[in-house]
Amino acid sequence: MADTIKTSDTSVESIEPTPGSLLRKRTFGHAGFMIGATVLGIIFFMAIFAPLISPGDPYDQVLSRKLIPPIWHESAKATWQHPLGTDLLGRDYMTRLFYGARISLLIGFTAMLISGIIGTTLGVLAGYFGGRVDMVVSFIITTRLSMPVVLVALAVVSLVGSSLTMVIWILGLLIWDRFAVVMRSATQQVRNLDFVTSAQALGCSTPRILFAEILPNITNSLIVIATIEMAHAILLEATLSFLGLGVQPPEPSWGLMISEAKGMIFFDAWLITIPGIGLFALVLAINLLGDGIRDVTAPENRN
Amino acid sequence: MLIYMIKRLGMAILVALTVSILSFLMIYLSGDPAIALAGEGSSQEDIENVRQVYGFNRPIIVQYGDWLFQALQGNLGHSNYLKSDVASVVFERLPITMLLGACALGFALILSIPLGVVAAIRPNSLVDRIALTIAVVGQAMPSFWFALTMILWFSINWRLLPITGTDSWLNFIMPSIALGYYVTPAVMRLTRAGMLEVLSSDYIRTARAKGLRPMTVLFKHALRNAIIPVVSLAAVQFGFMLGGSIVIETIFAINGLGFLAWESIQRADLPMMQAIVLVLSIFYICLTFFADMLNAFLNPLIRVS
Repeated sequence: MADTIKTSDTSVESIEPTPGSLLRKRTFGHAGFMIGATVLGIIFFMAIFAPLISPGDPYDQVLSRKLIPPIWHESAKATWQHPLGTDLLGRDYMTRLFYGARISLLIGFTAMLISGIIGTTLGVLAGYFGGRVDMVVSFIITTRLSMPVVLVALAVVSLVGSSLTMVIWILGLLIWDRFAVVMRSATQQVRNLDFVTSAQALGCSTPRILFAEILPNITNSLIVIATIEMAHAILLEATLSFLGLGVQPPEPSWGLMISEAKGMIFFDAWLITIPGIGLFALVLAINLLGDGIRDVTAPENRN
Repeated sequence: MLIYMIKRLGMAILVALTVSILSFLMIYLSGDPAIALAGEGSSQEDIENVRQVYGFNRPIIVQYGDWLFQALQGNLGHSNYLKSDVASVVFERLPITMLLGACALGFALILSIPLGVVAAIRPNSLVDRIALTIAVVGQAMPSFWFALTMILWFSINWRLLPITGTDSWLNFIMPSIALGYYVTPAVMRLTRAGMLEVLSSDYIRTARAKGLRPMTVLFKHALRNAIIPVVSLAAVQFGFMLGGSIVIETIFAINGLGFLAWESIQRADLPMMQAIVLVLSIFYICLTFFADMLNAFLNPLIRVS
């Protein structure tokens, strides 16, 4: 069965491989892309179906069952009722891990969206108009880069008060620099190509040129930067929460879970290891996916 | 070169001024800085008193002008929590953060440049793939988790390294790695790309054709040219690391600027926060300025255009 499909496939391609089939081939043949997509899919599944698949309630504290180790520990306390154990307040750790995925994905995605809109607008305008606009935008980018992100984010959160929305906005307003830098140079490359010149000659309005001619042609690099910045935002949120100025208890943010467990590193280190692996897997998956998209959509840039 | 330098210097000064305005305005984010300084639940009288002492009742432009004028003279304000001059505390803590940053950068360069070179000599080989994997994995690890994991293994399980403090050079090993590993992927990729480009150039072929020893060609001819962009990247990354040291210093209880920043944020010590943001930003601006100058000096293409 598999053989027949394969031969029919190659016979079609030997006549004329369609761009679509080549793209599919590259996509499914790219190990990093597939691994990234699979891991990300699992984490998405965990996040979306958290209420259905988790064994308990993320906020339910039962002190009589605190600090139960995960099942792979050779401890009499380990039980299948709490596969990943429980934390200091007796909350089921697997449940908190699943719900924590929601927070990471939510913050990562929305902060990336905000920074993407700001950065892309600045970058495209600078790249398209050049001259003075470019100078002003470059100046804004340089200023932003010279302020340390973690420090400024921490200071601002401490001054305006921390909540989920606040963290999202602060991160979104801080990490647009890479979007701006890359979109600026991508636009500069596209700006002088023939199809843009002909659109200008036809008398198209500037917004039309920007949205219909420039933007579709820089989407590839936009998506790649979007994945990098989403991973960046997730790491920053975890850092802020770890330092106590991000997501506030009792929310199950992975960074906060590590922070709450850091006093127990001597005896219950798995409390730190488990959410850490969650963060690591999520960020790695997003990065692999981003690298994969870059390779698959622009194979000539592979090195 | 001179015109380029002046232009670049003007830009640096303008950026520094903007940063100073932003870090000055930062304390107004909480609404009324007098209330924030006096502390929650203080009486109207106390708040009014703070407002008088700190001069928050003056127009904001006057306040900024005064603050900037004082800052230029090296007076960054007074911390009413530490009951001390902000500038002296900041500059007392700065050296240890610099030392940590230098160790971290050293670690990053020692690891990433050889890896990048080897990866470039044999592209797509096993070494290249391992280097790439290290880069991808390294970029995905949250530094605070990496730091805690190192503590868990090297200090708690194997009892090899001290966890906190700055008593000996052993104390700096884990913080330097935790702070520096994040930089390695970028440096490695840049070294690899630079080496690949240089190795395929004509003068390397000539050098090889002359019958020079492969090692001489590699280090004296190729690496020297490939390393130029790495220098400015390293400078930029050093600046980022000083900002990132807040996390590492907090974990390892290293009494540097980052730890001071975290403490000041916890106790709402506004003048201290302001000063640290300003000092780190200015330091970064100077760093990038000198990196650009060095780059222009080494690469004539930049200074002519």
